[in-house]
Amino acid sequence: MFKITTEVITGAEVREAVEAPDAGAVVLFFGTVRNNTDGRPTKYLEYEAYPPMAEKKMAEIAEEISEKWGIHRVAMIHRVGRLEIGEVSVAVAVASPHRKDGFEACQYAMNRLKQIVPIWKREVWADGEAEWVKPDAVFFEELPERT
Amino acid sequence: MKVTVKYFAVCHEMLDRSEEEMQLPEGATVQTILKRLEEEWPEIAEFYEVMQMSVNWEYATENTELAEGDEVALIPPVTGGNNV
Repeated sequence: MFKITTEVITGAEVREAVEAPDAGAVVLFFGTVRNNTDGRPTKYLEYEAYPPMAEKKMAEIAEEISEKWGIHRVAMIHRVGRLEIGEVSVAVAVASPHRKDGFEACQYAMNRLKQIVPIWKREVWADGEAEWVKPDAVFFEELPERT
Repeated sequence: MKVTVKYFAVCHEMLDRSEEEMQLPEGATVQTILKRLEEEWPEIAEFYEVMQMSVNWEYATENTELAEGDEVALIPPVTGGNNV
């Protein structure tokens, strides 16, 4: 399952998508809306995505995980629209025979998701201002060469 | 040829539209679209450095050639970063 949704994410959807009898571990990650960024209070977040490309890129990440770890059961879901403090914005589930690979693959999936999946976050601050979140310098260094 | 161009997040805000159809000459590339947008809104060029483009849901370069019916998108930096 690779999905952009406007619905509440419970985690059950991704967990069920990766269930397999040969799995000894299911690693489940939730990204949640934090009430501040570097101490500045956040009122809520708005996420926007390019759904068909986002879902395609998520599937590519799963393909990378399959090549690196031999893990074939990965699911990702990201919510868009207005999200309140504490709500789940993203969930990743990885089922693997053993937990070590599962933890690594789940971490990898989130890192890649933030690099290549076209999803944007608008931070609406408690003081009423709002801005699209810019990535940090590391991301810029990883951008492919422009020709 | 006619292509669809999509704008997201900060691009959507800057251009005040989320997508449009563009009529382009044969042999047009992604660069052709960028130039056209720059004529309308010169400041957008500053963002090109950190922006990526996609053609038919795949990351592309300025030199990527376009064909009739292609779906092009301006991809501002994604949520990225270790702070998120």
